[in-house]
Amino acid sequence: MENLIGFVTLLILGYVFGRLAERRHFRSIIKREHQYAGTLTFSAKTPPADMAVANARLVSGNVVVSVDYFKQVLAGLRALLGGRVSAYETLVERARREAILRMKEQARQLDAEMIFNVKLETASISKGEQQQVGSVEVFAYGTALVPQKTATASPNLGQPMASRESA
Amino acid sequence: MIITNIETVPGKTIVKHLGMVQGNTVRAKHVGKDILAGFKNVFGGELKSYTDLLTESREEATQRMEAQASAIGANAVINVRYSTSSVAAGAAELFVYGTAVVVEDASSGS
Repeated sequence: MENLIGFVTLLILGYVFGRLAERRHFRSIIKREHQYAGTLTFSAKTPPADMAVANARLVSGNVVVSVDYFKQVLAGLRALLGGRVSAYETLVERARREAILRMKEQARQLDAEMIFNVKLETASISKGEQQQVGSVEVFAYGTALVPQKTATASPNLGQPMASRESA
Repeated sequence: MIITNIETVPGKTIVKHLGMVQGNTVRAKHVGKDILAGFKNVFGGELKSYTDLLTESREEATQRMEAQASAIGANAVINVRYSTSSVAAGAAELFVYGTAVVVEDASSGS
């Protein structure tokens, strides 16, 4: 009986706080995605040939996000029946978008406008007891290209980038 | 040390390839932090201590790779890849590898 009360309490706590945390996280992700919309990401390897690059640096972002107890139980039930595990879909989505945002944040600090060859890596962290996926880590990395500034560069090179500056 | 994960260093020319360099580190989780993470498993959300741990570990692996690269006289590492694997329960290996090269300013060459 006591076990059951504990289980239900955890379930309710997980449901309430997990939902709140997720909603808050998604709101902040959407807000920051607008903020960093100017930093472009590409999965392509080769940057445009006519781009005048002053600097190229590896930028990265990572995040470990944990699922709440309610969703973990839900996913456990789903594992019996098979099919879409939507509880984990949002978890991985959140982690991925957050990791990309952190990478963009780093690029922004370097004054980079483009990130090339973006790679995403997902790993489950606490796959300890009962082989359950408690949390996932997403790591995003890529090469940030810092364009040559019109002031410091020779005038003929800086011109093509000028229009991008205002966007 | 310039590090990129594309095959070139934009704005510079590669004058010499020096072969593959690598760096790795195996890290275990902190017990105290693991208990805190257990709480987080109820409420959900970001596990900040793990995020920091992994960032730190990757930095260390990258530093080892950089040390190896500079030891053989490279000034850049290109085509860098990261990989993560769990070696044992509670321990993770972070591995980074790339090609060590010598680069020169493109303008000085032409």
